[in-house]
Order: sequence, then C-alpha cells, then structure tokens
Amino acid sequence: MATTERRAPSEHPAGRSRRGAMGYGGRERPAGGWELWTWLFMRISGVVLLFLAVGHVLIMHVLDEGVDRVDFGFVAARWDNPFWRTWDWALLTLALLHGVNGMRVVIQDYVRPIGWRFAVNMFFYVVGFMLFVLGTVVVFTFDPSRWPGAS
Amino acid sequence: MAKRKADFGTLYKGSPGQWSWIAHRITGIAVTLFLFAHIVDTAVVGWGPDAYNRVTSVYHNWVVKLLELGLVAAVLYHAINGVKVMIMDFWPSTTRYFRAMSLVSTGLFLISTAAVTVIMAPGILNDALGWNL
Repeated sequence: MATTERRAPSEHPAGRSRRGAMGYGGRERPAGGWELWTWLFMRISGVVLLFLAVGHVLIMHVLDEGVDRVDFGFVAARWDNPFWRTWDWALLTLALLHGVNGMRVVIQDYVRPIGWRFAVNMFFYVVGFMLFVLGTVVVFTFDPSRWPGAS
Repeated sequence: MAKRKADFGTLYKGSPGQWSWIAHRITGIAVTLFLFAHIVDTAVVGWGPDAYNRVTSVYHNWVVKLLELGLVAAVLYHAINGVKVMIMDFWPSTTRYFRAMSLVSTGLFLISTAAVTVIMAPGILNDALGWNL
C-alpha cells in the first residue's frame, strides 16, 4: 500500500502550522517558547549577517585582489580601526550562533538516537564556544606593536 | 494496492521549494564548517607575523582559491535564499508569488556568482597556469 508518512499539521509536535497549508517558506514557525525564540533569532541574525557576512566576503575575498593582499600587515592596519574590530567581533558572534543553531536544527532531523544527538550537539556547542572565546580574545587583545617592524 | 510505476526509478522532481530547502541546508553546513576553520586561521594573527603569514600563504594556493570561490557562492546562495525565506515567513500571503520569487532569487544568485567568478578567475588562473592576467 502506498502510504505517506507526512503527518497533518495538527499532529505535528510543534503544534498547528500558523502558515498556509502550502508549507512554503522556512522551518515552520514553532508555537512558542525556546524554539520560537531560536526561530526568530535565525531570521533577525540572518538580516544582520546579510550585511556583516556578505560584506566581509566581498571586501576580504573578492574585491581589490582578495586574499592575495591579506597578511599580518594588512590585519594590523585594518584592526587599527575599532570599527573593523567591532565588525569582525559581531560577525564572529552572530555567525557562530547562527551556524551552531542551524546545525542543531539539521541534527534534529538526521540524528535520531537520543544519545548520539546529544553527543553531536554537544560537540558543536563546545567547539563553537571555544572558538568564540579564542576569536574574542584575539580580536580585542591583538597588538601589532609587540612585533616592531612587522607591519 | 499495487505500486504505481511512477514510484520507481524516476528522478524526484519536487517543487522548487524542496530544492532550495536542501541547497539552503548544504550551503549552511558548508559555510559553518569553513567558519570553524577560518576562526582558527585568523586567530593565528595573535601569534605574530611569521605564524600568520605562513597560514595565509595557504590561501594563495589556486586549489584553495577555487574552494574559496565555492565558499563565496555558498554565502551568496544562503543569503539570497534566506531573504526569500524570510519574506514568505513574515508575509505569508507572498507565498502566492512563490514561483516568481524562486526565479528571481535563483537569477540573482546566478548573476552575482557569475560576477564574482569573473572577478576572482584571473587570480586563480594566474596561480594555476602561471599566466599574468
């Protein structure tokens, strides 16, 4: 017998769909609580990253010779300006949160056994947090004058 | 009930929404994994010019530059498709124009990626073939 596994929206654990029956758009908006906040966060951080991440990629990787011009002296000159340090730290923070939460959503779909799901999620949370600390320390403590003449 | 012939051996041709959904996932995962590596290589700048310049020299390899072009394309796709998703999520009545929006977002992605490829190609070809474009 040909069956479809799809459940009706009313049977979905996240609650009734608040959108049309067509199911377009992104992940179904959760009914409330933590999941609704992360759903909202993904969209708000997405709008901000539209400028931070796309801007970063165009400036650093595409325009004006791209990465060919990036070396220690380039970073020292760039981070001489607090604007770019702030940009890079905001990008670090939002990209990590957006990326790790995205991984969590994907893991929910593909890693079913509860122990494995916990382990894989924890891996991304721990690595993400360590990278956040590493990046934050470097962005705010970098001082090229420790290497005179390098830049 | 007998299975219909169409249940077997055909390429699944879903709505454009299913293709953009899977592409959004793949580009999101790829960019996140690159982000992890990229934070580490950028943090090396805190260990001085010798260490950092050694790390960034990896990015001057033409194979890595090809991957970098792929990264830019992935970021562009995720950004443009993300805007489409947000429009439909926040203004559900716009799903009526779903096909038109899919066409527009795919077109924007192809045009922007083509432009980026034209800009980045000389650097890649110079390093790969010793040209001087």
